[in-house]
Amino acid sequence: MQLNGDQKLEAYRRMLRIRRFEEEGARQFKAGKIPGTFHLSVGQEAAIVGACLALRRDDAMTGTHRSHGHPIGKGARLDALMAELMGKEGGICKGRGGSMHLADRSVGIISESAIVGGGIPLATGCAFSAKVRGVDQVTLCFFGDGAVNQGTFHESLNMASLWKLPVIYLCENNGYAISTSIAQSHGQPDIALRAAGYGMPGVTVDGQDLSAVYEAARQAVARARAGNGPTLIVADTYRFYEHAFSLAIRGKPYRSAEEVERYKRERDPIVLFRSELLKQGIGDNILTAIEEDVIDAVKRAVKFALSSPTPCPDTLLDYMFSSPPPDYYSAVNGLERN
Amino acid sequence: MQTDAQKLAVAPSTYVRMSYLEAIIQAQIEEMELDERVILMGEDAAVYGGDKLLERFGNRVWSTPISEGSFTGVAVGAAINGLRPIVDLTIASFVYLASDQIINQASKLRYMTGGQIAVPLVVRACMYSMKSVAAQHADRPYPFFMNVPGLKIISPTSPADIKGLLKSAIRDGDPVLVFEDTRLWPLKGDVPTNPERIIPIGKADMKCEGKDVTLIAIAGAIRPTMQAVDALAKQGISVEVIDPRTLKPLDHEAFKKSVAKTGRLVIVEDAHPVCNVGSEIAAVMVEEAFDLLKRPILRLSAPDIHVPFSPSLENDFYPTTERIVAAVRRLL
Repeated sequence: MQLNGDQKLEAYRRMLRIRRFEEEGARQFKAGKIPGTFHLSVGQEAAIVGACLALRRDDAMTGTHRSHGHPIGKGARLDALMAELMGKEGGICKGRGGSMHLADRSVGIISESAIVGGGIPLATGCAFSAKVRGVDQVTLCFFGDGAVNQGTFHESLNMASLWKLPVIYLCENNGYAISTSIAQSHGQPDIALRAAGYGMPGVTVDGQDLSAVYEAARQAVARARAGNGPTLIVADTYRFYEHAFSLAIRGKPYRSAEEVERYKRERDPIVLFRSELLKQGIGDNILTAIEEDVIDAVKRAVKFALSSPTPCPDTLLDYMFSSPPPDYYSAVNGLERN
Repeated sequence: MQTDAQKLAVAPSTYVRMSYLEAIIQAQIEEMELDERVILMGEDAAVYGGDKLLERFGNRVWSTPISEGSFTGVAVGAAINGLRPIVDLTIASFVYLASDQIINQASKLRYMTGGQIAVPLVVRACMYSMKSVAAQHADRPYPFFMNVPGLKIISPTSPADIKGLLKSAIRDGDPVLVFEDTRLWPLKGDVPTNPERIIPIGKADMKCEGKDVTLIAIAGAIRPTMQAVDALAKQGISVEVIDPRTLKPLDHEAFKKSVAKTGRLVIVEDAHPVCNVGSEIAAVMVEEAFDLLKRPILRLSAPDIHVPFSPSLENDFYPTTERIVAAVRRLL
């Protein structure tokens, strides 16, 4: 089943939102407005958006430390995300989580984990809850090729298959865990084959092809919603920039400049999708209007973030507990809650 | 024979005599009946006292594969998404396998997301520090988790306390770790039958009133401590015993109140000595209540050595009644 016209434009819009948001984020990071570290998903937009578009808004999702693309792909607003990157009170996590822990519950994101593989059990548990409660919600779990070698991947896939949980494991396979390639770290480099060990379907798709990712995700969602259990989808993709923005990896390069350039030149998912849309007769003027809209939205997000106040030190104790025990703060810190 | 439900029906708002282990089961049954979001998961759920729960709540009791790290994470995800799971990790030494999900996910998610996410999770772990189970089954890991913000930790010592505090833990909106000491499992006591009788997290209890020395006893250490109280009473020494019941946060006000009366403090526990509950209590008392103390604080704990297998090495490994008596006498 193909994406309909509106979905296609929405897919294009969301991919562009990720791209422009992150490019602008990198500028703000360089300008000293964003503290900490910054992991770009530029190059991986089709894998993210293709999978997210197969979901309903109330379906759940977990992401990774490369965390900006996932909420945007799921439909989150940009301003609170940008404010979070800057550590502002108006941030989606009130400046407590930052770049690697963006979550937006309003669009179904239950968490993003900066511990590689740490979110896989959470997504599995989210799907487990849907099954126990008898609702038809599906959970989409993003992780990278590096996480495939964590124990949580194996333990979670086993339980999901055993209990036929409505979860989709989506591996964004960009080929490198920081500087460690698949060849250097995977005894079985074909990640989708691992699904057979857990009795679930494993499919590999071209992660630069939005329609291909969407179609695989759509089938997995249908399978999950029908009570037939989990699917492992491996989207082969590529990150155009370094593992983290401004991270300098010394010594012998782990990937060639030629390889990076080839992907940027020939395998840019946004360029590929744009030409597909043009071929299908969608007018250039429509796409240009979307591009201008996105640039505006990112500008507004930056403006909102820059003008948002920094969190007041008096609010340090906020959000620790939903129900703090009596005298908790004075008992453990000598601090009084305001 | 009457079932528990029948016993409760004939004796509303009264007490039933039951063991510590029975009180744990009873607390879970009551909370599962009250709230259908409460579920139980763990390895061999039917074996460790869970058979009664399985009979009554079959589809809400989940036996898991041996995957502590991930099934604990599954419970975290389920807690975020509408359930209130109780994870039974059985032997407390296994809690290390689950510690990433407890520390990096459960304890942090509410804070990291600016309050968007709640993790109403209970993790039960039993400290089997007896009978030659040896080093990999005998740990008492609660001090590790006391150093983690965002967790509440309880370790009650009487049947009534475990029932009341476990019920509080299940109703709590945040992750709570429950460290049960298996040497308390057979202990019998009167337990309130009223399902609404809960004990708040964070409040200590005076188990015995006295005027000469304050003894703070943690978990299973309460048993030799109470024996020491009897032995000391025969010697004319009056000891006050405080059971913190909650280890995080500790009820320092209750400790100060007692020390204000006695001026002397001994802390007894079965964990290793470095950075344990006793260290924490002693540090706070020195910072905040130094003037109340007539003598230095004494701590009794297991040595900084792994739990040995041979009974001849294990017998005196933990604080004994004799050592507690001697410590109290040293302070007089």
